[in-house]
Amino acid sequence: MTARTSQGEVILEARNISKSFPGVRALDRVDLQVRAGRLMAVVGENGAGKSTLMNILAGVLQPDEGEIYLDARRVEFANPREAQLAGIAIIFQELNLVPTLSVAENIFLGREPVRRTGLIDYDRMHAQAGALLAELELRIDPHTQVSNLRVGQQQVVEIAKALSFNARIIIMDEPTSALSELEVQHLFSLINRLKRQGVAIIYITHKLDELPHIADDLTVLRDGRRIGSGPLREFSTDQIVRMMVGREPTELYKRTRAEFGDVVLRAEHISLPNPDLPGTRLVDNVSFEVRAGEVLGIFGLMGAGRTELLETLFGLHAGRASGSVHIKGRRIRLDSPSDAIAAGIALAPEDRKLAGLVLGMSVCENTTLPSLERLTRFGLINHSAARALTEQFVSRLQIKTPTIDQPVLNLSGGTQQKVVLAKWLATNPAVLLLDEPTRGIDINAKREIYALIDELARAGLGVVIASSELPELMAVADRIMVMCEGRKTAEFARAEATEEKIMHAALPRSDTAKTNNAGA
Amino acid sequence: MMKSPQLARFQSLIALALMIIALSVLSDKFLTVGNARNILLQISVNLCLSVGMTLVILTGGIDLSVGAILALAGAVAAGLLKNGIGLPMLGVHLEFTTTGAVLAGLLVGLVLGWFNGFTITRLGLPPFVATLAMMSIGRGLTMLWTGGFPITALGPSFGFIGTGYLLGLPMPVWICAALVALFHVVARHTRFGRYVYAVGGNERAALLTGLRVDRIKLGVYTICGVLAGVAGLIVTARLDAADPKAGMGYELDSIAAVVIGGTSLSGGRGSIPGTVLGCLIIGVLNNGLFLLDVSPFWQQVIKGIVILAAVAVDRLGTKRA
Repeated sequence: MTARTSQGEVILEARNISKSFPGVRALDRVDLQVRAGRLMAVVGENGAGKSTLMNILAGVLQPDEGEIYLDARRVEFANPREAQLAGIAIIFQELNLVPTLSVAENIFLGREPVRRTGLIDYDRMHAQAGALLAELELRIDPHTQVSNLRVGQQQVVEIAKALSFNARIIIMDEPTSALSELEVQHLFSLINRLKRQGVAIIYITHKLDELPHIADDLTVLRDGRRIGSGPLREFSTDQIVRMMVGREPTELYKRTRAEFGDVVLRAEHISLPNPDLPGTRLVDNVSFEVRAGEVLGIFGLMGAGRTELLETLFGLHAGRASGSVHIKGRRIRLDSPSDAIAAGIALAPEDRKLAGLVLGMSVCENTTLPSLERLTRFGLINHSAARALTEQFVSRLQIKTPTIDQPVLNLSGGTQQKVVLAKWLATNPAVLLLDEPTRGIDINAKREIYALIDELARAGLGVVIASSELPELMAVADRIMVMCEGRKTAEFARAEATEEKIMHAALPRSDTAKTNNAGA
Repeated sequence: MMKSPQLARFQSLIALALMIIALSVLSDKFLTVGNARNILLQISVNLCLSVGMTLVILTGGIDLSVGAILALAGAVAAGLLKNGIGLPMLGVHLEFTTTGAVLAGLLVGLVLGWFNGFTITRLGLPPFVATLAMMSIGRGLTMLWTGGFPITALGPSFGFIGTGYLLGLPMPVWICAALVALFHVVARHTRFGRYVYAVGGNERAALLTGLRVDRIKLGVYTICGVLAGVAGLIVTARLDAADPKAGMGYELDSIAAVVIGGTSLSGGRGSIPGTVLGCLIIGVLNNGLFLLDVSPFWQQVIKGIVILAAVAVDRLGTKRA
């Protein structure tokens, strides 16, 4: 960790980097300068080219044009290992640790210290790992199996691994996306300590409110081009947002007011025990209702129990969850998703690719999957009826696909989300549960999704939308319910909701924070 | 993804065509009506197993027990037909007609296949382990039932299943053709078939779409068991004997045919016509190498290379897509 460069000097410089993929110019003559002991934040919308640039700096991808200079010397990395040896480490959003190996084994994977006999010198390995962890103030035993660590702890192990390579430049790709508030604080103080030791950090993020705590410099990318760069203090948040989207920031979406009908969904005393921590609950005695034509937003930070609540309503935790659910006044049994669907509930899950769609199947096959019962004649699928149904939703939701036989794998995130919506709307539900419906979707597609939600509500659907993005809920929800650590902590009508009030209700109180920490 | 199975099928078709052309040039005995009929007869048992195996593999599973189920189903049918069964508790001795024996053989396949599905869905065993265990159980039961000796001389009406002819084609070929047609329709044009692809393509998404994933899996293993029973009846009828060692290693030939036919072992991608091609490629290869007097040992080596080549080509195709 000895920096050969003094604070503030340029260590890494990328000049005129261009990279194209079939059909896309991902990077177009981009420059980046990274200085020792400073943090360079790289922001931009999805598809702006941030990840491509980082992958090039880390040797994962090779640029089509342009040069990279390390300590003013030209370098070319054929693979990530060469970049690592040169002192550049990258920590991906999805961590790259082997869950079944210990912390020490992970840190030294591929570079295990050996004795003269050729056997691994575990004593030395654990001692060195322990020293690194102590330096990072992570109080865990290096013998601990990685799968037993929380995400925030695993991230610190990744950082330790980077430091064990004597990394002088650490690239972090949205490191806080899966962290709790406390873990974020911990990460920030760690980042600031690394900076003091002369490590340069490149930090990709969507969360502009994180920048003042850690960032020194800022680069904004849009559509593969560098729009602006300089010390962070020279930019206001509004300016940054303008540079990111290329237009004046306006309200995300303006909803039309709708008349509410009868209560379509009433959930009472929903609880779900936490299987990993006996005695605690993932969802703790939550009750709420939604009217026809109403959009209820559920806000909560990571681990607040939003997803688990929706999953319980959808019959995914049969046998473990308790409480009662009424649809249009009738109490329903929730033993399986098929019960929930039959009762008129639909769930668009958080992870479209892992849980929402069969990626290898076509738009038509995905759209009709839950409705095939209606589309079967004499035991055989009525293909023309299936196509007609799909075409109807493709035009209604403006799904951008060349044909309905296109595998959804090849579609953009926003289009995929629309296919998920089409699939559920085809079942004619009474209540639509949406879990993070715009995650990983660009801003224009987001607006389209909001417009759709609006239209569906006006058509008399009850909509529940769980999100960790406050502006999103403020824009689309009629009412916002706040959850914290499994409990419902507040509920606001749109008129009385402010970001401060909501955030206040979402943050764990210090006593609960302590119990949270005890598990560390 | 939709394109790659078609592409894979196309590649297999080209491979098959090239093999047929090459063998026609190399051997004058190859391209005859008699030899074509012979090839179809030879692949019929493997095809029967492979149709069921395709459905299982499409869900992302595997069935290693088909060879053992084949042997037990054949042995039970033969034993019941030949000797009947005594029920000492009731003091009766049941005799079986050919139809009764056939139904009993199919029932054996159904029960064992269902049991595979049961252990996989209810007890949560990995398919590899559950069906590996069933392979051992089936073999053991076959030995117990037969005492280790073949049951022979089963009579002409049972033998018709294996040796009879209808409109110039052997019965096993008709049976297979019917099964292929039936299960192609099931796979492509029924809800069950669509669900099979969905479960193999993304099991979590299938569950969250409200599909009863366990029932679908139970279904494919049961079907696979029944089809292994059919194969057992064909083998037994053709030889006019139930050999307790029948079907040894057939599970591997069947998996090979499915894979050569472009079905992905991770599930969700593949087709019954692809599997027919896979069986034809293996059948033509075996037949051609035999006609060319290639030693059986080399035949095995060449078959292995064909499997590697088929899957490698398929993988390259998918990567590019």
